Amino acid sequence: MAEELLKIEHLTKKFEDNMILDDVSLTVHRGEVIVVVGPSGCGKSTMLRCINALEPTQGGTIEIEGQQISQSSKNLTQLRQKIGMVFQSYELFPHLTVLNNILLAPAKVQKRDKEEVKKEALELLERVGLKDKADSFPRQLSGGQKQRVAIVRALCMHPEILLFDEVTAALDPEMVREVLDVMLQLAEQGKTMIIVTHEMQFARAIADRVIFLEGGKIVEDSDPETFFDHPKTERAKQFLNVFTFEHVKHKTIKKD
Amino acid sequence: MPDLGLEVLLKGKNMIRLIGGLGVALRISLISVLVSIPLGILLGALMNWKNPITKAILRVYLEFIRIMPQMVLLFLVYFGSTRAFGWELSGETASIIVFILWGTAEMSDLVRGALSSIPKHQYESSEALGLSKVQTYWYIIIPQTLRRLIPLSINLITRMIKTTSLILMIGVVEVLKVAQQIIEANRMSSPNAAFGIYLAVFLLYFLACWPISLLAKYLEKRWK
Repeated sequence: MAEELLKIEHLTKKFEDNMILDDVSLTVHRGEVIVVVGPSGCGKSTMLRCINALEPTQGGTIEIEGQQISQSSKNLTQLRQKIGMVFQSYELFPHLTVLNNILLAPAKVQKRDKEEVKKEALELLERVGLKDKADSFPRQLSGGQKQRVAIVRALCMHPEILLFDEVTAALDPEMVREVLDVMLQLAEQGKTMIIVTHEMQFARAIADRVIFLEGGKIVEDSDPETFFDHPKTERAKQFLNVFTFEHVKHKTIKKD
Repeated sequence: MPDLGLEVLLKGKNMIRLIGGLGVALRISLISVLVSIPLGILLGALMNWKNPITKAILRVYLEFIRIMPQMVLLFLVYFGSTRAFGWELSGETASIIVFILWGTAEMSDLVRGALSSIPKHQYESSEALGLSKVQTYWYIIIPQTLRRLIPLSINLITRMIKTTSLILMIGVVEVLKVAQQIIEANRMSSPNAAFGIYLAVFLLYFLACWPISLLAKYLEKRWK
């Protein structure tokens, strides 16, 4: 098995008295694609936010490449560079062009040579089909385009692991595909990813492991075939049933 | 054509005197703006702090200044405070004090609003990219705040200029007071002068404020 990249141990997260994450442990190996599913409010997004220390935690540890990351880490900004995050609402910087959105962090945080990063950024944009948008502003792009730019922005930092927080949830159906295709490409290239999503078909296609989270606990952790075809727990079965529509044809139309 | 009393404008130095009056109004506004914008930015940033005590104090200050009509503030400072504390204030100084108090309050509220209108996710996506707190403010938050703020604060400047028309009440000879003096002086020879003179005052205010609000509109469009 490949080396351990991210190790979460006994992670606990509370909002006041509400238990959001309850003793979550998860190890992610280099090159693995983990998909996290579960009902809304189960703590999926919070888990991602804890991983790059956007949320304070109340117990447990998170280690990336053997180094502990938390909001009080001294080298937090360095550790965060190892973790790329893509948000549901894209969160491009509206006052910067697409290219400058991508260049900002590599230039200001990593102090890399601007020309070299620019070359890389343009290549990546070309790969996601947006090279001609380099000088556009985010407001001129569609949702799917913005999300692809956000992915390129995260990639350009050369992160060790990418976190995707329901990245297609705010998109129109016809734009979902273009974003998912980019993520499938990344999986093929062997990128390590943790993906929170409600797209079950996609989850099945991309995942090496599926994590089913409920009530802040990991209820199932298995390969996608097992999870989708033979879920072990009753709760996971119920959850998966939500995504199938067998009985709708039986409805009757009343006429006066 | 009715007699609009326009000829009074051309008599003697009347036009120059009116422009001089506008100069006084503009000078008072300019000084007040120059002081209250930086002060307002400072207080507005403090209002976004989590400290409940600073927040409460600033809130009281803001509401107090806003609810009170500017005229009452002017009277309070010019007639009230000079009596009570025995200090000497010229009308112009009193006006500047009141305009700074008022402008700072308004400006701080604009800054507070602009800052809190930046979504929390903007901070997070910047920090997730590894930017430090300082870099996040410098590259992400402040540029966006300024874009929202500049058109609003330019409008505040025009409001200040217009409100200087009140300070004749505490004896400052600004453009409206000059106008009254001219009308008074010509009451026998040109009883209709009020129309022409006030028309000139109207045009002077317009010429002072219009370019400023055009600029605000332009910036608003550009940075939308």
